[in-house]
Formats: sequence, structure tokens, C-alpha cells
Amino acid sequence: MSAAATGSREKVLGQIRLSLGRAAGSVAPITALPGSGPRPAFGGALVERFIAKMQEKSATVERLADLAKVGAAVARYITAVPSLPAVRVSHALAGIAWPAALTVQHGAAVREDPTSVTPCFAAVAESGGIVTLSGPDTPSTLNFVPDTHIVVVHANQVVAHFEDVWALWRASGLPMPRTVNIISGPSRTADIEQTIQLGAHGPRRLHILLVGA
Amino acid sequence: MHAAPTAANNTFPKRVALAIHDQRLQAALDHASGGFAAKRQAQVDALPEFEALRERARLVKDHVLANLDGYLERYEARVLRQGGHVHWASTAEEARQIILDICQAAGARTITKGKSMVSEEIGLNDALEAAGYAVMETDLGEYIIQLAKEPPSHIIVPAVHKTREQVADLFDTHHRPLGYTRHLTEISEMVDEARQVLRGHYFAADVGITGGNFLVAETGSSIIVTNEGNGDLTQTLARVHIVTSGIERVVPTLDDAVTLLRLLARSATGQETETYTTVSTGPRRANDLDGPQEYHVVLVDNGRSAMLGGAFREMLRCIRCGACLNHCPVYTSIGGHAYGWVYPGPMGSVLTPLINGLSQAYDLPNACTLNGRCQTVCPVKIPLPGLLREIRRQQFETGITPVRTRWALQAWAWLARRPGLYHALMRIGIPVLHRIGRRRGGLRWLPLASGWTDTRDLPAPQARTFQQAWQALKGATR
Repeated sequence: MSAAATGSREKVLGQIRLSLGRAAGSVAPITALPGSGPRPAFGGALVERFIAKMQEKSATVERLADLAKVGAAVARYITAVPSLPAVRVSHALAGIAWPAALTVQHGAAVREDPTSVTPCFAAVAESGGIVTLSGPDTPSTLNFVPDTHIVVVHANQVVAHFEDVWALWRASGLPMPRTVNIISGPSRTADIEQTIQLGAHGPRRLHILLVGA
Repeated sequence: MHAAPTAANNTFPKRVALAIHDQRLQAALDHASGGFAAKRQAQVDALPEFEALRERARLVKDHVLANLDGYLERYEARVLRQGGHVHWASTAEEARQIILDICQAAGARTITKGKSMVSEEIGLNDALEAAGYAVMETDLGEYIIQLAKEPPSHIIVPAVHKTREQVADLFDTHHRPLGYTRHLTEISEMVDEARQVLRGHYFAADVGITGGNFLVAETGSSIIVTNEGNGDLTQTLARVHIVTSGIERVVPTLDDAVTLLRLLARSATGQETETYTTVSTGPRRANDLDGPQEYHVVLVDNGRSAMLGGAFREMLRCIRCGACLNHCPVYTSIGGHAYGWVYPGPMGSVLTPLINGLSQAYDLPNACTLNGRCQTVCPVKIPLPGLLREIRRQQFETGITPVRTRWALQAWAWLARRPGLYHALMRIGIPVLHRIGRRRGGLRWLPLASGWTDTRDLPAPQARTFQQAWQALKGATR
């Protein structure tokens, strides 16, 4: 850090302390704010709420009995779009048996990728959202570059509130990843005359394969 | 285009007159304002915890502000531990220079940007373009106003003042050289064309600049929310990610960020949640396949630390949702450009004089009816009318208020503190005005008040003063 930069840091912190009525250079211990923010209450099953909330936000959801059915479900979805039979699959899902008709690649997304398939870290019932953590097997470009993003969600990954996601992460012992994405539907914009259009810059379609009961 | 307007030929009243008579602007404002208010109300009605969330948000923000130095130091330490860089800018000029230096050190040529009001505040685009960088705004609204060479007219919906025909004309002009020759009429076509044009820029960009809705001290993370996904493409595909954020945007924990996020989307666009909420921490990790190689946060003070000490600390709770704009009868009548700087509406009328100087925006705090709707809808309960009143008081005390207005206010205050004399004069004046205006139903001109009567008539008063009528009513009902 240059001398000028150090000067600005001290200037800003010094003015803050002056405004707070503290001595220059003093470090005031912070007493954490007690209590926590209210969490929206809702009844019913978490999974049903998650599905309804994602559909409200223009995502589509298909329920599958087990992980072995994912490959065929992806192939069916791509045929229905219709889209090229090529998928960029998160390496974390490499173990799935993919139909021979699909060209499967791993790695980060490139501009030409029509479709990606990724896992998630958790899913949230409260207002609908899937949560992904970036990592060597889960590059976050897969969430944004392709026109179609397919997410594999296990039913037992659905939690009630966003705070539960952070609790899961803290308990996991995982380091903080570069990127945590919370995704609630396909990309959208209402910047021209407040008219909602899907597929602004990110995926035009968000399809969720919900595995297990 | 982002400098604080001071030229005498570009006054607030003149800009207001232009806005009021701009039929396309009025159509756009009419179209927008009712929609935002109704959508927000629907979200509030659907969430019984909304008031409790507002109260908790106020508590969290007040707690942070009372410990701002400590939380910023904690935040900084966590960013550094994750391999990121933190830069402190006490002024807008310092912030611009820091970002120019980062871009130069990175050998950058092209820059993509997600939406950031702080970047507007510090006039970043002009500085980058003057230094020879190709700068591309990627939020559709910001992209449109960049093509139009205009500042945003709303802090959430920057191109809210543009009709689809105006957007189509802009695209005709700017996309034709790129090979897009068809004149567009449908909004879906315009969104798609902008998507195609901007795609290449994301991949080509050396530096991606985004704002920061929240900075999290617990993890050293910055959080952005978007609906388009443009911010994510901007910050993931560029080699260098720069976050610009005000120093007041730090929150203690990820849980606190959730509390504020629950309020932000509902208050801003009337959505339950934005489509993308992204938490970014440091540069790409050793084995990551994508993400930026460098991560820089520029903490911008620009008057905020001084605000912390006085009567305006509560303004630093602002999370830039824009609800006060959408519910302001002045903003919804004149739009954002009339305010003359990047922050319009009630929050802008407080921030602009505080950041640029009390004498720089005399009219803004005075162009308010003190109706209080802004305070009612503010998700962090900022007493905006009270703050505007306080700025008026300070303008008066420091002699910024024009002499004639000061004289009139002093005279009125002197009179108002003498009720006997006041009522006696009213008993003479009111019947006179009644007699003059009776025939037409209103008065077309009043001495010393032509600013008011130029554009409307003063309704003729009743024959008796309120006090006389009240006394008579009391006598009759006794």
C-alpha cells in the first residue's frame, strides 16, 4: 500500500472516529447486536413451497425418483426446448450416466455452450432460490453463460430460510468460496417500460430436476 | 455530465418547467410510478413480518454506524485474508484515481460495468473514458442511458424516463454500425439485441466493475443483487473485479445481510427477491476454473464520515432501494433529471446538498411538500422529511437562503409569534382577498408571490377567517 493510500485510510477512519466522538487511533471493542432478524413464517412442506416459489419466478421443475433418472430427463428437456444436444456438465455430476445422444463436456462455460447442468449446495423454500458455491468442480460461469441452466436439487437439500443456508455452510467447515450464487429464476429485465422480459443477459431458462421425495 | 450543476442558466426551477412540459417524460412517469407503488404494497401485504424486518434493519444499521470504524477494519482484514485488496478513498477524486491506477496496473483496455450508483456519484465513466478505456455499461437501463449520454433518472431503473420508441431509435443509431440494421418495435427484440451486442464485451473485458449492495464483515464478502445476471457476467469473466461501495454499506454478518435483502427487493421493485443475489469473496481460488484473478474493493467516503457525526447520521442507513422516489409526489411529477445530479427524489434531496455542499443544491430540500410518504415506505425508517427540514434550517442559519426569502420568513415568524396581531391582520386581509377573488373564484396574481400565481390561481378564501368561523361554530353548538 502506497503512502498516499495509507493516508486516505487513516483519514477516513480518523474522521469516522471524530464523528463518533472517539479518540484518534482508538480501537473500540464491538459488542455484537443481540437477537436476530425475523424470518418469514409459513406452513406446509418445504419442498412444495420451494417448487411453488420457483415456478412463480418462471423456473420449471420436474420431480425425479432418483439420480439415475437425471441423464434421460436432461435429454428430454433439451429435445423439448429444442436445443443442441450438447451439455456443459459440472464435474461434480460426472458420475451420472449420460445418454449417448448427448455431447457432454466438463469445465468452465464457453460462449457457445447452449446448456449447463449443475448441482447446488442448498435450496431455499422461503421465497424460492437455489444456492451454488463456486469451486474447481462447480465453476460459476455455468450458472450464467448458457441459454439453459439445469440444476439438480435433492429434496433433502431444501431448507426453510436463507439463514439456514449460512448455518449449513458454517457447519460444513468449507472455506468461503469465491462466489456464492443465489438464483431465483431465469434472467429477467423490466428496464424498458417496466415490461418483464426473460433472458436479459443470463440464462433464458432455469429448469430444476428435483430428486427424491 | 455528472458534475454538480451550478450554472445559473441551468437552475432547478427551469429544469422542472422543462420536465413538466415534456410529454414523453410525463407519459413514462405516469406509466412507471403507479406500478412500483402497487407492486411494493402487494409484497408488504403478503409478508406479516415486514414491519418487524424494518425495525430490525434500522437496529442493524444503527449498530453498524455506531461501530463503523471497527466493522470496516474487521471487513478489511477478512478481505485481505482471502487475497483481495482494499482501497480507501476519502474523496470522489481519490476514488477515480485509485480505479484508474488499478486499470493501468492491470494493462487493461476494455471495461465492463454492472450498475453502481457510487460509480455515478464519483463520475467514474467520464474519468475512464478520458483516460482512453472502452467502458461498457451492461445493466440494460444503464446501457440505454450510456448510449443516450444521459445520467440515470432513477437509482434502480435508470432509463425509466425512456419510451420504447426512444430506445429503438438509440439502438438504430448505435447498433447499425455493428450490423443490426432492422428497426425494432417490440421490447423483446430490443432486449435480445442488447443481449447479443453485450455478450462479446463480457468475454473481452479486462476489468469488470460492480457496485456493492452490502459488504459483510463476517466473511469479507461483497454482495450484489441483479435481475439480469449482467453483474455476474461482468465480475466473473473479467480478469480483474473492482467493487465500488460507500463505507456505510458494511453489515456485521451474512444473517444481517439476509434481513436487509428481504426488504430491498420488496421495497425497490416490488419483487419478493431479486433473481440473482451474489456473494463475492476475494479472487478466484488456486484450483478454480473461472472468476477474476484480482479482487479490489474501493471504499468511498466522499462526505459520509462527516455525515456520521451530525444531524444526518440516519441518512447513512439508506440501502438505495428507491422506494422514496416511487412514492414522492415531486419525483413522480418531474422525474430524476430535474434534480440535477445522480441521486434524485427525497434521498437525493438530502444527499446532494450533504455531498456537494449546502450551497450547491439550494432548491432541492425546499422542493418538498413534507407529506411524509417517503418516510412511511422507507425500509430502514429514515426520517427524510425531518432531515430535509433540518437542511432548510441550516441553509437559513448559514445565510444560503436568498435574502428575500429570509426576510419573508423572518417577517412571518415575527408575526406568527404575536397571535393577537396576526389574527387582527388576518381579519382585515382575508375579507379583502375574498372580495377581490370572489367573482372569478380565484386570484390570478398576488404581490410577491408571482412564482406561485404564474402557473396557477390562488383559490379565493372564504369571507371569514378560520378563527372567526371556529368561534361562530362554537357559539352555535354551545
